[in-house]
Amino acid sequence: MGMTAIEKILARNSGLARVRPGDIVTTKVETAILFDNNFMETSWREILHVYDPAKIVVVFDHRAPASHVLSAKAHQTGRAFVKQFGIERFHDIGFHQGISHALVADHGYGLPGTVLLCSDSHTCSAGVFNLAARGVGAPDMTYAVAKGETWFRVGETIRYDLCGALRPGVSAKDVFLHLANTHGDHATMNVEYGGPALAGLSMNARRTISTMSAELSVEFATFEPDQIMIDHVQARTDAPFEPVWPDTNADYADKRVIDLNLIEPLVALPDAVLNNARAVGDVAGTDIDQAFIGSCANGTLDDLAVAARVLAGRRVADGTRLVVTPATQSIYRAAMAEGYIQTIVEAGGVVTNATCGACGGGSMGLLGPGEICITASTRNFKGRMGDAAARIYMASPATVAASAIAGVIASPMDYFT
Amino acid sequence: MNDLFNDQISGRVWVVGDDINTDLILPIQAYYLPVEQQPAWVFSANRPGWSGDVGQGDILVAGRNFGVGSSRPAARSLKNLGLACLLADSINGLFYRNAINFAFPALEAPGVTALFKEGDRAEISFEAARIANPASGKTLDGVPMPAQLLAILQAGGIYSLLQSENLIR
Ligand code: SF4
Repeated sequence: MGMTAIEKILARNSGLARVRPGDIVTTKVETAILFDNNFMETSWREILHVYDPAKIVVVFDHRAPASHVLSAKAHQTGRAFVKQFGIERFHDIGFHQGISHALVADHGYGLPGTVLLCSDSHTCSAGVFNLAARGVGAPDMTYAVAKGETWFRVGETIRYDLCGALRPGVSAKDVFLHLANTHGDHATMNVEYGGPALAGLSMNARRTISTMSAELSVEFATFEPDQIMIDHVQARTDAPFEPVWPDTNADYADKRVIDLNLIEPLVALPDAVLNNARAVGDVAGTDIDQAFIGSCANGTLDDLAVAARVLAGRRVADGTRLVVTPATQSIYRAAMAEGYIQTIVEAGGVVTNATCGACGGGSMGLLGPGEICITASTRNFKGRMGDAAARIYMASPATVAASAIAGVIASPMDYFT
Repeated sequence: MNDLFNDQISGRVWVVGDDINTDLILPIQAYYLPVEQQPAWVFSANRPGWSGDVGQGDILVAGRNFGVGSSRPAARSLKNLGLACLLADSINGLFYRNAINFAFPALEAPGVTALFKEGDRAEISFEAARIANPASGKTLDGVPMPAQLLAILQAGGIYSLLQSENLIR
């Protein structure tokens, strides 16, 4: 039997002819990304040696600009680290600010066929560029930065072939919610995405799916390469790379087909992502206090365009707060040039600087006890966005924007006919 | 071998369900607190008061997909709470890595939630991944931790290794 894409990537980067599920492999790490939480005094262990400053990226995203003194101190520690080791790929507060996973996409940091580690759980995001990309904890990150290598436990792979096309008003977030609702968790396993529908999905849409795959508990989420992806990366970096296609006789644990034509807008109910979504019609009319569009999964230019389309010429309902957070400052600038920011603000939305912001409940846009939020971010866990007694529904940016106008959960479909 | 690691583990069992996420184990408010104050917040949203009932050496038995969620050091809180071991039907890969790296013994054992009810005693041979409920007489073989990973756990976690090589302070 042949190998799946991720097995081939892991084999290549560990110098082995082949790997099989169950193997433990040690690979080199091409890209290692540290972010502001790594430098918090409750996590940081001073690193005395780095394997290669050119392979390291440092990003301030979770609490940027600093939300309190603890994060201000973390940023100071991070700046000192960057200076000490001469790290050039540094995203401080300012022009190049943004969420790490979106910056990887913006800057071509994820080289197809390589290994990328970041100390954030949604690092599988970069799998859209055909990488072995995974989130690890601060200890693994420290090890990788010091030694340039890490270990992986090779899991079995499930192949998802996407076919058909999305109807207007239905988005990649709905595809993910459908997958999470139908197939549940994939703990200890990998997912590989491919199929004829990829050609019709933008890199941003694909990245929503790869990023959200963290919620499936996958080890890796890897997309099959295509020319659109290769062009995207080549437009952003001169570094050479070699994409990896799965063998035609690859050994998958299962092969599943998802027909995009059949997907409808879904909403995940509070507290869990998996097996917890309903058709938007089933929860339509639920009161909301806050609506949030942003995060590494849904703070893309496409997402801001959809929000602007829904909000154009309308107003956010009285008593409802709409918070919109572009994933990077470069997306923010592009959205300004397109007029999206103006449209959203004129509708009564609050547009923040690029940051994780309300997604992680760490810096702004927090929820009080009993408040209800509909979010287009990544997680609806209890307590995730503020008080543990707040309730968080999760849906696409289109559904969130439509809900902000209605002041209750609402279907976006009328805006896309 | 580090004296933190004990191959024969036995203790009182607490049982939780599927998909226990890291926001429940280490809520964001607690993440800002000094490390020693963080364990008191474990499960404060889904099981208020529980962290005060946990005794040194107790064992946590969980369902599928334990530890889904962020990369935060949630495993460290479970260890510092005094828990001796985690047994789960399945464990999120990122949580599993953090457990090893913070030297918190964790075993995947599909079916383990059916073996215990809360308050039972569990007896575990960790290296062999052999789990027993002496009261019922039932046993279960979990998935042994691969030798390379067990070595990190036995060394007291990855920071101990890096420190011994003078790579971190
Ligand atoms: S936007 Fe949310 S999910 Fe993404 S990296 Fe930030 S906190 Fe994590």
